[in-house]
This record gives sequence, structure tokens and C-alpha cells, in this order.
Amino acid sequence: MNTLALLGRSAPKRVLPGFGLSLGITLLFVSLVLLLPLTSLVGQLAGVSLAEYWAIISEPRVVASYLVTIGAAAAASMVNALFGLLMAWVLVRYEFPGKRLLDALMDLPFALPTAVAGITLATLYSSSGWMGRLLAPLGIEVAYTWVGIALAMAFTSIPFVVRTVQPVLEDLPHEIDEAALTLGASDATAFRRVILPNLWPALVTGTGLAFVRSLGEFGAVIFIAGNMPYETEITSLMIFVKLQEYDYVGASAIASVVLAVSLALLLALNLWQGRFIRRLHGGKG
Amino acid sequence: MQRIGDAPRIRRLLIGLALVLAALFLLLPLVAIFAQAFAEGVAMFWANLSDEYTLAAIGLTLFVTLLTIPVNLVFGVFLAWLVTRFSFPGRRLLQTLIDIPFAVSPVVAGLVYLLLYGRNGWVGGWLDSHDIQIMFAWPGIVLVTIFVTCPFVARELIPLMQAQGAREEEAAVTLGASGWTVFRRVTLPNIKWALLYGVILTNARAVGEFGAVSVVSGSIRGETNTLPLHVELLYQDYNTVGAFTAAALLALIALLTLAAKALLEWRATRRETAA
Amino acid sequence: MSIRLKNIAKTFGDNSALAPLDLDIGDGELVGLLGPSGSGKTTLLRIIAGLEQADRAPAGSIHFGDREVTNVHVRDRRIGFVFQHYALFRHMSVFDNVAFGLTAMPRRTRPSNGEIRARVHRLLEMVRLEAFADRYPAQLSGGQQQRVSLARALALQPDVLLLDEPFGALDAKVRQDLRRWLRHLHDELNFTSVFVTHDQEEALELSDRVVVMSNGRIEQIDEPDTLYRKPANRFVFEFLGDVNRLEGEVRDGELTCGAARLTVDLDEGREELLLRPHELRLIEAPTAHAHLPVCVTAVSPVGAEVRVELEADWLAEPWLATVRHADFERLAIRRGQHLFVEPRRWRRFSDERAARSTGRAVASS
Repeated sequence: MNTLALLGRSAPKRVLPGFGLSLGITLLFVSLVLLLPLTSLVGQLAGVSLAEYWAIISEPRVVASYLVTIGAAAAASMVNALFGLLMAWVLVRYEFPGKRLLDALMDLPFALPTAVAGITLATLYSSSGWMGRLLAPLGIEVAYTWVGIALAMAFTSIPFVVRTVQPVLEDLPHEIDEAALTLGASDATAFRRVILPNLWPALVTGTGLAFVRSLGEFGAVIFIAGNMPYETEITSLMIFVKLQEYDYVGASAIASVVLAVSLALLLALNLWQGRFIRRLHGGKG
Repeated sequence: MQRIGDAPRIRRLLIGLALVLAALFLLLPLVAIFAQAFAEGVAMFWANLSDEYTLAAIGLTLFVTLLTIPVNLVFGVFLAWLVTRFSFPGRRLLQTLIDIPFAVSPVVAGLVYLLLYGRNGWVGGWLDSHDIQIMFAWPGIVLVTIFVTCPFVARELIPLMQAQGAREEEAAVTLGASGWTVFRRVTLPNIKWALLYGVILTNARAVGEFGAVSVVSGSIRGETNTLPLHVELLYQDYNTVGAFTAAALLALIALLTLAAKALLEWRATRRETAA
Repeated sequence: MSIRLKNIAKTFGDNSALAPLDLDIGDGELVGLLGPSGSGKTTLLRIIAGLEQADRAPAGSIHFGDREVTNVHVRDRRIGFVFQHYALFRHMSVFDNVAFGLTAMPRRTRPSNGEIRARVHRLLEMVRLEAFADRYPAQLSGGQQQRVSLARALALQPDVLLLDEPFGALDAKVRQDLRRWLRHLHDELNFTSVFVTHDQEEALELSDRVVVMSNGRIEQIDEPDTLYRKPANRFVFEFLGDVNRLEGEVRDGELTCGAARLTVDLDEGREELLLRPHELRLIEAPTAHAHLPVCVTAVSPVGAEVRVELEADWLAEPWLATVRHADFERLAIRRGQHLFVEPRRWRRFSDERAARSTGRAVASS
């Protein structure tokens, strides 16, 4: 309690009350809940030599899992970029029956537990499922293949692009459309050269978030993936497998790679977004 | 008013495409859950639901959620108050830190807690010598659930409180109100709906968390098995109908979450247009 | 190119925004649409542009010269439109903004890159912004943004230039400069322009002819000078300047209102006379024809004249008189002083849209 009072006093004079208390509680929470557990990863790896570390994270089966995860996540987020753009456009620009329902449905993947999504997609796309039966004659296999992993990742990250693009599109003044039209631009030209550049920061952010989320997705993927070593194993599963073998060092090493990549991506996304937005609000391009 | 893409042909094409895709990729899975759950009739659904282990899983999930929500509610409000009402060095860093749980894979989240509180961990070793078990028991499940869901309340409050500014609170202070009074009588009425929505999201995620919980739970039937874990167990046992019965229950919670969100948004827009 | 509107009407839902109206604008004319907000002036401008569709019934028509454009899409009307808040593309440089119309043309008809560059630079030179070609809109002042928006609208050499409240968002000094500059540009390039404004001074200063609108109707179309001297109705008169009201009973050629008396050449009955502030003369004693005692309540020198606020028991609302500095000094006007008013001139409008009559005080100079 003493330190809290000190913090409050040493800070410049503040009008509103509660600085010391909220700072204290927040820092305590952030340290205990967020930071302390993350440092345990460092602690676990502290005793591991660099060579050992490299051997674990470059094991062929693990490397194969990186490729599967990154490839499927990239495919899923690209598909979501297009799907999300279409949904945001339709929801903002047009009026039609069922629009509110469609809007509400967009959040389903966030609200639905990932394990539920996982078993549902696995059942739907298995060779005897509703979708699987339709696709099988066409020679398309989804369940227990790379495509299934991408599908599950795409499903769980649908809301990211829609919900980041939607508000930006809503705030776009209609004069922008009108200006482009009075200057004789066709719909396609006006969309490509006037609308899309305005949506670009939101679109990239949404797609980036979807990608980060897909990299870490576990519950939705493992049911449909089939989990064949070298073929359809994702990196999160590798961590899980190591844990079940009580190989804590191995699990931690792989986890550190996943964590570093996710945090680096998140940071890069934040920095890029800041730069882009600065340009639109003045300052040298 | 003339707008880009207003031609009826383009409009019909895009709306049609959006509806077909949404039906195929969002609505169909939802329908499938309930179709599978009732595949062997309503009687079987009820029998599955009242299974001893299913009931235990429901109970544990509710218990974990009830513990998680108040913790994250209090933290979220304090954090939002801190970063929107004061400026201090490190404020942006704090806002970035709070997003970590969104970026971290749930399995990694479970792992770091296991390392810390497991028998071989820094804290876990000490706790073990005092006969306190956190991992593979309910406290571990609560801890990882708090970790995974801690950004939701703050994320809803921060943009709103930033947009509203501190004017009203400052006015209350000049009128001599104490900190608690300012919060209760000025801040809270302005943020209550966002707060409620944050709680709803926290609830949905807490009930449904799978990856992180599966690492720390040990999945002991009737003891540390939450509802999502139970779905997995039944599914691996080839008890598809049983798995989808539990899944349907979780899907119902998801649907209620969506309905609550739609209702709150509808309220907000109605108030805006009325003003 | 001339603009001819016939029987153009517009309803939004149940609200009529424009009553069916006709309007002819000559080739090379600069016409101002003037009216309070909600008068339908912006709707009319947007219908000319094709941004808004006029009602289908009654069937109206719009012609640019001999070309009927009633059902022509905005992108094919060959108009230039300057938006109220400029609507510049903020992700494009000034150069790209101005070049947009040219680069958006289909490949077949698009000029070569070199030609586009030359044309854009000519336009930027014209709006005096050559040095700003690489800047982004956010780095420009309001006046500069307005000029970019104008250059962008002129890049396709439109038949007609339409401007929606072009100077509304600028401060007074910049507005003055831009107004003169636009007038100059118009005379030089000789396109047909229509602009919307709610500022009467702007309309009167800039336009060849002014269209005064209210409630979706055209009240009067005239040259600024005629408009001011011969307002068609009470609305136009009141909208074009400050107005003092005198209401009273006329009997035997004299209007009385409490202690006030004024000789008028009107039939018996209730009358309301309207007087402009500069048409009031302040004197120290009543005349044979005017006995209007007032008390000075406020004095404020504004530019070349002094504004004097007057009150009296017989006045429902205070009057405003503007006097020259010479008269102001001669009478030594100060607050609390009691004076008399002699109107040089007054107007009266019986019922809406009915004939108008004016009078002149018999003894005035």
C-alpha cells in the first residue's frame, strides 16, 4: 500500500482520482497473469544449450509442422480477406431482407467454442458428412487433409476482416463516391483507386490478425486435421504431443518459436498501421 | 444518391454471393450441430444431457466462468480507467501488453502456466511442498481461463471511454464528488452497456476455451473435465451424438451471446437516432 | 453550354424538397442558387449534376445545350462538381487528385501520360499550386484544398461547373480572395457555372444572376442589382438584408402605432411596413410627415458606417439604423439619447406573392 501511495504522489498533479490505485492493480495483474507465466518459458529454456535448442526446433517433423501451419494459415487469411471484404461491403452498402441476421451471424466463429467448430467441420466434411458426400465425387477431399486445416482456420478467423473493414467503410463519406463518379470513373476503377486504398489499412490489419490467430488455432483444427506426422500436423499439436510425453523442454522450445513469431507479427502490424495512418493525417508521405 | 456499385445487377450479384457463402460456411455448421445432437431423437438428447459426467462438466464450466468474470471485470475497469483518464510513460506499452492473450496460441498459454505452477515449476514446486495442487485441478483451469479472457472487458471499455473523454468526470470532481461517487454516478452509467457486452464476451470465451484448458486440466472425468473437453472425450469415444449434445449446449450459449450483442447494438443505434 | 430545366421536382419519402420548377441558365453564365437551409438549393444542384434523380412523375427534363441529359448517369454528364468539404482523395497526392479524371478514362480514349502530366501542371499553375503537386491533402490549408478540388473538377474540361457551398468552410479573408479569383477564372475560361450558397453577400457579389429559393420553390431570378432594388416578394426582401418592421393602423393617410405617426399613401386598415437600416434617417425633431420617437440603446461603428440600435414603447422589436460617420458626429449620437426617425423609403408586401408597393416619404431628399 505504501508503494501505491508513493506512485500517486510522485506523479504530476492529476485532476481525477484513482491513479495510484488503478496503476497498482493493473501492474499487479499484468505482472502476475501475463508476464510472470511468460518468463517461466525463458526459465525453462535457460538451461538448454543453443545447439540443443536448434536441434529441437529444426527436427524434420517439427519443420514440416511449421510449413503446414504457415501454409494453411496464409491460405485461410487470403480467403478471409476476400470473403471479409465482400461481407463488409454488402453489410454496409446494401439493404436487403435478412441483413441483420447476416450481420449477427458474422460473429458466430468468435462465440462458438473452437472444439465445437472442430467436431462440426470434421463431421460435415468427412466422407459421409453433408459436404463431404457432395465433394467426394468431384475428387475433393477436405477432412484429414491440408485443405481441412485451412478450412478450420478460415472458419475461426472470419470475423477479423469483416469487423475491421466494416467501420472504416461505414465512415467513408459518400462524397468520395460522388467525386469519383463526377470525374467519370467506372465502378471498377472507382472501387480499385478510391475505395480500396481507404480500406487498405483495415484490410491488412484484419488479414494480419486472422493470420496470427490461425497460426495458433488448436481446437478447431485438430479434429479435422487427421494429424498425420509430416503431412497434417500443426505446430500447436507438436507442442501438445511433447507435453503428453512429458518433454517440457521440447514443448517450451517449439512454443518459444510460435510465441516469437506471433508477437513479432503483432508488433509489425501495429507499427505499419501507425505509419500508414500518419500519412493520411498529414506529415511527410 | 449515386454510389459506387449501385447498379441493380452488381448489387444482386454481390448480395446473392454473400448470402450463399454465409449459408454454406456459417449457417450450415450451426444447423449440423443441432441435427447431429437430435439425430437419435429428443429422448436420447435428454438422456445424453443428464449423463452424470456431462452434468459434472457443466457444473465445472459454470464454476470456472463464475470465478473468471468478476476478476476480469475488476481488472478491465481499472485498466480502462488508467489508460483513458491519465497519461503516463508506458501507457501505450500497457495497451499493447493487454493484447498478448489474443496473439498467443492457447496451447502456449496453457504451457506457460504448466511450467510456472506445475510440480517442477518455480511456484508450483513451493506450492507442492505445501500440498497445494494447481495444475490438473480446478485452480489451474481458472487461471488459464483468466489469462485467455482478460482483454475482453478492457477492449470494449477503452475505445468508448476514450471517445467520451474525461469532461463529465472532471465536472463531477469540481462539484466535490469523491472518487467512488464519480465512478458510480458519472462513469458507470455511461459505460454500463459496453461493460455488459465485455462480460458477455468474457463469458462466451470462458465457457468455450479448449486449447489452454486441455493442457492444464488432465481431463479427469467428473473432476477436471470442462464442457469443451467433454465434447472432445465423447467424440474420441465415437459417441458422436453424445459429443454433439454437449456441443449443442455450447452452441446455444454462443447463439445467446450473438442475440445479446445484436440487442445491445440495436439499443445503441436507437439511442443515437433518438438523440 | 446552356442549362435548361423543365418541370423538375423532387420528393424524399413524403417530404417535397422541390416543387416542380423550370430554370434556364445561359451559356457562360455564372449563377448563384441562394436560400436558407432546407430551401432545396443543394438538391437542385445535385439534380443538375445527376447525383440525385428528379421525380419521374411529373416527368421533367434537363438539357445541356441541345443534349438531353435527364437520364444520363452522372459519370457521363460531363460536369465538374466541387464539393462542400472538397472530398479530395486523401490517399492521393495533389497531382494524382487532379489527374484522377484523366487517368480513370478508358484506355482507348485516355490521353498519353505525357499529355496528362502537362495538363495537370497547367491546371495546377492556374490554381497557383504548382509547388504543391507532391503534397497530400492533409498537408494543405482549407483554401488550398478548395483550389485543388476546383482544378480536379476542371481537368476534364466539363460543359458545366457546379459548386456546392464552395466557400462555406473557409474563414472570411480567404473567402473574399477566392471569390474574386473564381469570378476572374470564370470570365477567363467562360464555362457555365452554378453555385450554391446561403450567404447573400456572396451570391450578390459573385453571380451574373441569382436564383433565390425557399421551401423548394424559386422566389425570384434576377441580376443582383435588380434583386436588391426590386425584390419580388417579402421573402426575398427579408432574406437579402436586415429589415425593420413598423406595424400600425392607417386612417386618413396616416399610419399610427402608439406614439408613432407616419404619413402614408395607403387605404385604411392594418398595415405592416418594412424598412432597410440605411433608409432610416436620424433627426433631432419630428417632421410634418414623420413622428417616430426612439431611444438609442447601442452604438457600434462597423467599417464605413455606424450601426445604431433603437428602441421605443411602440416597437415590438428594436430597430437598426446605419448612419454615416459624418452624421454620427454631427448628431453626437450616444446611448440613451432620444431622437426621431425619418424613413427615406419603405416597402409593403400585402399577402404572400401579391403585388408589392413602395412608398417614399414625401418630404425626404
